[in-house]
Amino acid sequence: MKVKSMEELKRIRESHGKSLGMRKGEGENRIIVKVGMGTCGIAAGARETLRAIIEEVDAQGMKNVDVIQVGCNGYCHSEPIVEVVMPDEDSILYGHVDEEKGRMIVKKHLMENQLLQDSIVNETFERA
Amino acid sequence: MTKYRMHILVCGGTGCRASESDVIIERFREVLAENKYDQEVQVVQTGCFGFCEQGPIVKIHPDNVFYVRVTPGDVREIVEEHVIKGRRVSRLLFTDPADNEKVEESRKMGFYKKQLRIALRNCGLIDPEQIEEYIANEGYMALGKVLTEMTRDELISAIKISGLRGRGGGGFPTGLKWEFTKAVKGDEKYILCNADEGDPGAFMDRSILEGDPHSVLEAMAIGGYAIGAGKGIIYIRAEYPLAIERLNIAIGQAREFGFLGENIFGSDFSFDIEIKYGAGAFVCGEETALIHSVEGGRGEPRNKPPFPSQSGYWGKPSCVNNVETFANIPPIILKGPDWFASIGTDKSKGTKVFALAGKVNNVGLVEVPMGTTFREIIFDIGGGIKDGKAFKAVQTGGPSGGVITAENLDTAIDYDSLQEIGSMMGSGGLIVMDEDNCMVNIAKFYLNFTQDESCGRCTPCRVGTKRIYEILERITEGKGEMEDLTNLKELCEMVKDCSLCGLGQTAPNPVLSTMKYFYDEYEAHVKDKYCKTGSCKDLARYSIDPVKCIGCTACARACPVDCISGKVKEVHVIDQEKCIKCGACYEACKFDAVIKP
Repeated sequence: MKVKSMEELKRIRESHGKSLGMRKGEGENRIIVKVGMGTCGIAAGARETLRAIIEEVDAQGMKNVDVIQVGCNGYCHSEPIVEVVMPDEDSILYGHVDEEKGRMIVKKHLMENQLLQDSIVNETFERA
Repeated sequence: MTKYRMHILVCGGTGCRASESDVIIERFREVLAENKYDQEVQVVQTGCFGFCEQGPIVKIHPDNVFYVRVTPGDVREIVEEHVIKGRRVSRLLFTDPADNEKVEESRKMGFYKKQLRIALRNCGLIDPEQIEEYIANEGYMALGKVLTEMTRDELISAIKISGLRGRGGGGFPTGLKWEFTKAVKGDEKYILCNADEGDPGAFMDRSILEGDPHSVLEAMAIGGYAIGAGKGIIYIRAEYPLAIERLNIAIGQAREFGFLGENIFGSDFSFDIEIKYGAGAFVCGEETALIHSVEGGRGEPRNKPPFPSQSGYWGKPSCVNNVETFANIPPIILKGPDWFASIGTDKSKGTKVFALAGKVNNVGLVEVPMGTTFREIIFDIGGGIKDGKAFKAVQTGGPSGGVITAENLDTAIDYDSLQEIGSMMGSGGLIVMDEDNCMVNIAKFYLNFTQDESCGRCTPCRVGTKRIYEILERITEGKGEMEDLTNLKELCEMVKDCSLCGLGQTAPNPVLSTMKYFYDEYEAHVKDKYCKTGSCKDLARYSIDPVKCIGCTACARACPVDCISGKVKEVHVIDQEKCIKCGACYEACKFDAVIKP
């Protein structure tokens, strides 16, 4: 396939650009979403939650979000646990996050900055 | 297409591959597949991260966790802990030598904090064997922009405004070189890439070619368009097999995508590149010698003028640029010449890649803005001198440069400031020396290299470097006279003034600069037959301090020739006749009783 115009080149760039965005993810104003992936988290379905969040972030075209898996948060009773760290804000900890709730967190909290009050485990959780 | 949620980047540079990074990649793929994570996690072989001291490097995104000195045996733990459970494998994290703290993220490491990566922008980020990854990071956008939006004069003027100067060492303005070559009338012109990296200790060009070969191809096509060349030639030393392999892959992909070949981007510009191998002669880095070698002749320089821009490859107008110079071109086009000109010093713009080596903690490849000081590079980025020893000097410019001492540590590095203090930029090798390095011996080392690499074409260089080396040899053997020092200086000046090409003109620099800053060491070698570092074996004379020696026998056991006698709890004595001056006893003694030299 020969590239004959800037438009064609830009199309190739777009289609491969997303994965590189993850690697370049350094910089300011990034939202960090941490999914607890201890044994209890995985047993409670954290892997599915993680995948759903990544898919939703991707579907919404958000580029400033890092979805990271972390170890056990210590709230084993409320797994899967998802922690959202918005830039310059205290982190919010959500419990019992299934795939559906994971997608809601992206749509409400990440995009509209609305907290999902019913799912918050502990608002005062100190940022690690 | 699968959406990967995690990327494991493994360095695939020559240094890390020598420590089995290719096996590490295979292991990652195996263990991930075993755990059914291979659809979620992508394993990428990248170019050099620069932190070669700590290789093999494994970097995990999006967490941005940086693991160092990873072995194939560590892979299972990384997968089971980090990938599956999200826990850092802390024993593999980098330990900051300054405060002994573990550092998770590369951006928080002293080594990376002061760096600005332009030429190395893709090294350690993309897979150099996948053209799509290069395109994803704006690859070939500059070529497209140039061919669809810019005239050749606009392009050359942009490079001139950017202030880019040749990164091979000479520092000649790249835009001017292109302009001269464009101005010469000719139906056939050539653009050549000088990848004959020969300075001992320098490996920035290799790392760029291994980590980001497409950036060089793209820039060569841009340069070809500027000067009106239809063909590019990369002259690379055959000792760089990995760089050659990646270049060949890249050229194949670029042809497939139409970035090389006929009517690129639908324009009337056609361009292709071929690779020529050098046999590793140092002098072939000189552009006229390089051209002779590419033509199949002996790698010998000739007088200039005529310059290659007038009469180069097969007598046609040719332009020779260095690998790192090329790697800077695409960002200049995309971000604009003013952006580039805003970085650096008054007369030296942009960044420079340095290969940091020698007695420094963080050996590796660093890219910093022009104007950064030696102190910042050696102590902030380099993490200071190994084993807490004292800094003595740093050699820049390889065998063509000179030493820089503690008094000039705060010099802002650029082409002109280095020349003022008696050294030169060269290709960017920085060899750090500590208190244990003998300066006469260092000068001898470099002269041994240049007298060996002299092509023999002109007498001052052929005979002169040999005689300089012989005088230095005499001095380090304790056979030097005071007259040798005056002769040495005179001979150095003569070789410098009379040699045909850059090799001979710069070969005496290590001698002249060490004589300038460390004349006392030369004098001590000649007058007192004394080398305070013990590096000059013929002058060394190890002895044992009878007051400090407690008779622990450690030195006697370490001695490979059994020349130390003494009983337990009695003072030991070295037999000077049998001693081979290896220094093993000095290293072995825990009570500072062995006197060196």
